[in-house]
Order: sequence, then structure tokens, then C-alpha cells
Amino acid sequence: MEEMILSLRGIRKSFGDAEVLKGISLDVKQGEFITLLGSSGCGKTTTLRIIAGLEQPDEGRVILEGKDVTREEPHKRDVNTVFQSYALFPHMDVASNVAYGLKIRKVPKEEQKKRVKEVLQLVQLEGFGKRKPSELSGGQRQRVAIARAIVNNPRVLLLDEPLGALDLQLRRQMQLELKRLQKKLGITFIYITHDQEEAINMSDRIVVMNAGSFEQVGTPDEVYHHPRTSFVAKFVGSANIIHEEGKTLAVRSENLLFAKQGASDKYCVRNGAVKEKSFAGGLLRVVFVLEDGTELTASRHGIDTDVREGEQVKIGWLPEHAVEVEDDLPEEGTGNPGTGGRMPREKLEAAELKGDRS
Amino acid sequence: MRNRTKLPAVFLAAVMAVMYLPILMVVIYSFNASKLTAIWGGFSLDWYGKLFQDREIREALVNSLVVGGLSCLAAAVIGTLGALGNSRLRLRSKGAVEYIATLPIMIPEIILGMVFLAFFSLLDLPNGMLTLVIAHTAFCIPYIYMMVKARLVGMDHSLEEAARDLGATPVRTFFTVTLPLLLPAVASGCLLAFAMSFDDVIISIFVTGPKVTTLPVKIYTQMKTGVTPEINALCTVMLGVTVMVLLLSGLFRRLGRRTGQ
Repeated sequence: MEEMILSLRGIRKSFGDAEVLKGISLDVKQGEFITLLGSSGCGKTTTLRIIAGLEQPDEGRVILEGKDVTREEPHKRDVNTVFQSYALFPHMDVASNVAYGLKIRKVPKEEQKKRVKEVLQLVQLEGFGKRKPSELSGGQRQRVAIARAIVNNPRVLLLDEPLGALDLQLRRQMQLELKRLQKKLGITFIYITHDQEEAINMSDRIVVMNAGSFEQVGTPDEVYHHPRTSFVAKFVGSANIIHEEGKTLAVRSENLLFAKQGASDKYCVRNGAVKEKSFAGGLLRVVFVLEDGTELTASRHGIDTDVREGEQVKIGWLPEHAVEVEDDLPEEGTGNPGTGGRMPREKLEAAELKGDRS
Repeated sequence: MRNRTKLPAVFLAAVMAVMYLPILMVVIYSFNASKLTAIWGGFSLDWYGKLFQDREIREALVNSLVVGGLSCLAAAVIGTLGALGNSRLRLRSKGAVEYIATLPIMIPEIILGMVFLAFFSLLDLPNGMLTLVIAHTAFCIPYIYMMVKARLVGMDHSLEEAARDLGATPVRTFFTVTLPLLLPAVASGCLLAFAMSFDDVIISIFVTGPKVTTLPVKIYTQMKTGVTPEINALCTVMLGVTVMVLLLSGLFRRLGRRTGQ
């Protein structure tokens, strides 16, 4: 068996009456880039805080390099965190911020200086040592926060939505830089995000979280192409969920075709009306309403198409593009941020469909 | 809208007249060469010279500074730890604790003075320097508590977590992160408390002994024999000290706000 650098075993955590983590388990390999993906409030930050030791689980164990550290205090764990708010010490300059961990560990002064210089070079902040955090831009602060953590050579680096506060362009650039950094250093990264693109771009494995549980753990390819549940299909692949003969199918919007006239019998076909069209991110998105009220979204290149709003069309997909998934129980507040509140109605309909059959 | 622009000016003038005219009079007459307080006899610094030659007044000044300094230090430690402790609490009694901690500001001083007197005689503690410091510490605590609390509200809790995460023990975290960030607030609260201690008469009268007098008490007792030009000079000196201390306190508060961002 491959050696695990970090293992979570049946972690449970409640705040008051709310159960935030419902018994999660995970094994992380040395040097892996793992992303916890989920919408806000799904328990991903709590998971990270439990690994860091800033929060104690009610049940379960945290094992770091084969040693049970569940009750160990945060300063005794060989784990460092990049906080969402960066948490740079405002009364220290950049160099003192970065050197903080080394100073605590009583690393000799000369070596401190050397390592701080190296790591600032690594995050492209040479010559910024004497600046105060308040004199830096958001992206620069973020780099300081990363430098402050990696200068200690932790076994595991925890990153809590480190790019959340940056604008889109900077975020894309930092994604690549972080991934490069991780490969170069060989440190295990546990990364939190609610952005599925970010997760797919950077991770070796993605953990899709929903309401305190792990929905699916797998490579980006597995999670994207073979979602286990309808939640994963919707959250990661922005897929349409279609109920058919007691089965639940997920079809991603780019695999959904539409035309005014009928299609060949290779396709599974539905009748529906065009509800709305919109252009975003280089793709045209068309929303249809089927006769049973289900809404489907198709996307294709271009900025417009010949079908008009309100028009009756045929919507179809190839059977091999439909993935059978497990149905999620309807739950509040797990909507896909990418599809703008489409889910609640669908959930309602799913519930109604079940009711009809019974 | 003429009356709209005039009214605040009138109001301001009235406030200035009521509040600052008497003060101004005292300051002016402290430089009066004439011994009669009502007649201007030319500019002179005689009274200041006399003031500093007066052994009793010099002793009273030293006493005031010592009492203010010691009680501020004691109150700084207690008030800061109190505010920190209460900010960590997740109890329903939190509000009550806070209310009790700041209550001494609202209790009439005369009652506080009597309570201290009764308390110290119950303990058989002779009135003197010790009782003065204890009483002053008690009413200084709320000022520091409130300042530190206000600072803590604006402070990012993840700063302390980051220190823990980087390997610092709780004690180390306190001395390298929490305390430096709180220091401007502590200093500001200390100076405010010092100003309060420095001009306190009522509580001090109750707990002071025959041998130890503070400056305000000295002024009060001398006033019984009438307002002398010497008193005017003394008042001006005290006023200067108080204003300087308060300005400094404001400076620290602003400093704290700046580093807090």
C-alpha cells in the first residue's frame, strides 16, 4: 500500500444543532494536489481547520504521516495554512511576516535571511521585504501569504480559497503559478474552492462536497465525465438532469443538440420550447422547457442561432453522452452557481415525479 | 436659508462661552502680577515660581504622578486581560460581564469613595498611598477595558490563528501578535485613565491619609482659604498636563486605527 501523508477517518463536527461534517474520510498521498470543491457552507473550510488543528472534531481521527494528531495543538503540526483573508501581520514588514515561522523554530538568523530571500524570489516578490502588508496589492499580499507558509517546508499546505479575492485575470495566472509551485516543491496541497474550473485546472484529485459529506472523490476526468450523483453532474459539469423510465441521466449542455426539424434515430429526442437565449463566456446558451416542465440548457459556439424564443424545437442527445447518476435528495441551498437558480424548480419536479410513481 | 447657517454658530459661541471662558480667565489671571484676583496688575511669572518653591505642592504633584502611574499600569494589565478574556467567551453572560466591567464609570463618585472608605476600614487598611492606588486602579480599569475591547472588535481573529499555525505557542502568539496590535489601544486607554486619575478629587478625599495628598485634593483644601493667584497657576499647570495627556491618547487611538487595516 502506498504511504499516505494524511488520512481523515470518520470526521464528524457540529456547531450547536447544525451538523457541519457528517463523517468524512479521505486519504491523501505525498505530493498530491487535492481540491475540496463545494458551495459555501458545505463544510470545506471546517475540514481544513480540523486538519490544521484550529478546530476539534467531535468524532473521528486525523492522521498525519502515520501519527494520530487529532488532539494535537496547531503549533505542533507540520502543516501550514494560507488563509482566505491572508492574515498577514499588519505590524510587521513582508520579510518579518515570512520569517515568522522560522524565527519561532529558532532557525539561525543567517539561514532565516537566506530562506526568506529564496522564497520571496520564488513568489516573484524580490525587493519587497521592507514593505508593510498595507502597501501591497491584493495579488502581492496573496503571494506573501503563500511565501510565509511554504518557507517552513510543511508536509502539507492548506489553502482556503486563496484566489477568491482576486480578479478573474489574476486568478487564472495565479492558478498556473500555484500549480507550478506545487510541482516544484513537491509539497502536498489541500486546496479549497467553489470554482469548478479552478478545481479541474489544478487538481490531481477533486473531492466534491455537499452539505457536510463527500459526494465523489476522483480525478478531474472521473468527476467531470463520470459523475456519481446528480449533484456532482450539475456542480462540476453544469449538466442537465433528465428523469427517464425511473433512471436519472446527466447530459452536459455541450452534448445537447437542438433543431427545428426531427433528427436521426441515433438520438434520444424530446419536444420543447425555447425559453431564453444568452451569450456568455464565448458560448451561446439556450434554455428549453420540455412538455413536462423540465428545463434543459444547451450550449454551442457562436453568438446566436436560428431558433427564436417561444419556438417549438426538437432537443436530442446521443445515448453515450448520457451518464446514469444517483439521485440526490432535494436539499436547500445546493444550487449550481453556474446556472442561476435553475435547480430549485428541478428539484421540486424531481420530487413530484417520484410522487407520481409511488 | 440664513437662520440655518447662523444657528450652529450661535450654539457654538454659547458653548465656548460657558465652557471655556472661565478656563481662560483662570489661565490669564495666573499670569497676573497683582495679588488681588480681580485686578490686572501686569504680566508676571511670579506665581509659577512660588508654586514650584512650595514643598507641599511639589510633594502633592509627585504623589499625583505616582498614583496615576501605578494605577494606570495595574489597570492596563487587568483591563487588557479582561477585555481579551471576555472576547473569547461564548457565554450568554458575556453582556452582563461587560456591563459590570464598565459600571464604575456610571456610579456616582461620591458613592464609590464611600464604598472604598468602608471597604478599607473593614480590611483595617490605613489610608495612604496603597489605598489611593487601589481605588484609582478600580476606576481606571473601565477606560482601558473599553479601548481594548473596541480594538478587539475590529481585529481579524485569523491573525492569531495564523501565528498558531506557523508554530507559535499561545503565549508566544500573545506577545508577538496580539499584544503589539493592541498596544496603541492600551496606551490610549492608559493616558485617558491617567487624566482621570490625575484630576480626581472626590474618591481621593475619601481614601487619602493625613500624610499623603494628591494635587487636586491640595487645590481643594487650599480653596477653602479663598482663590489665590497661586491656585490659578496650579490649575493652569494641571490643565496643561491633562490636555497633553488627552491629545497623546487621541494620537495613539488614531495610530491603532491605521495599523489595524
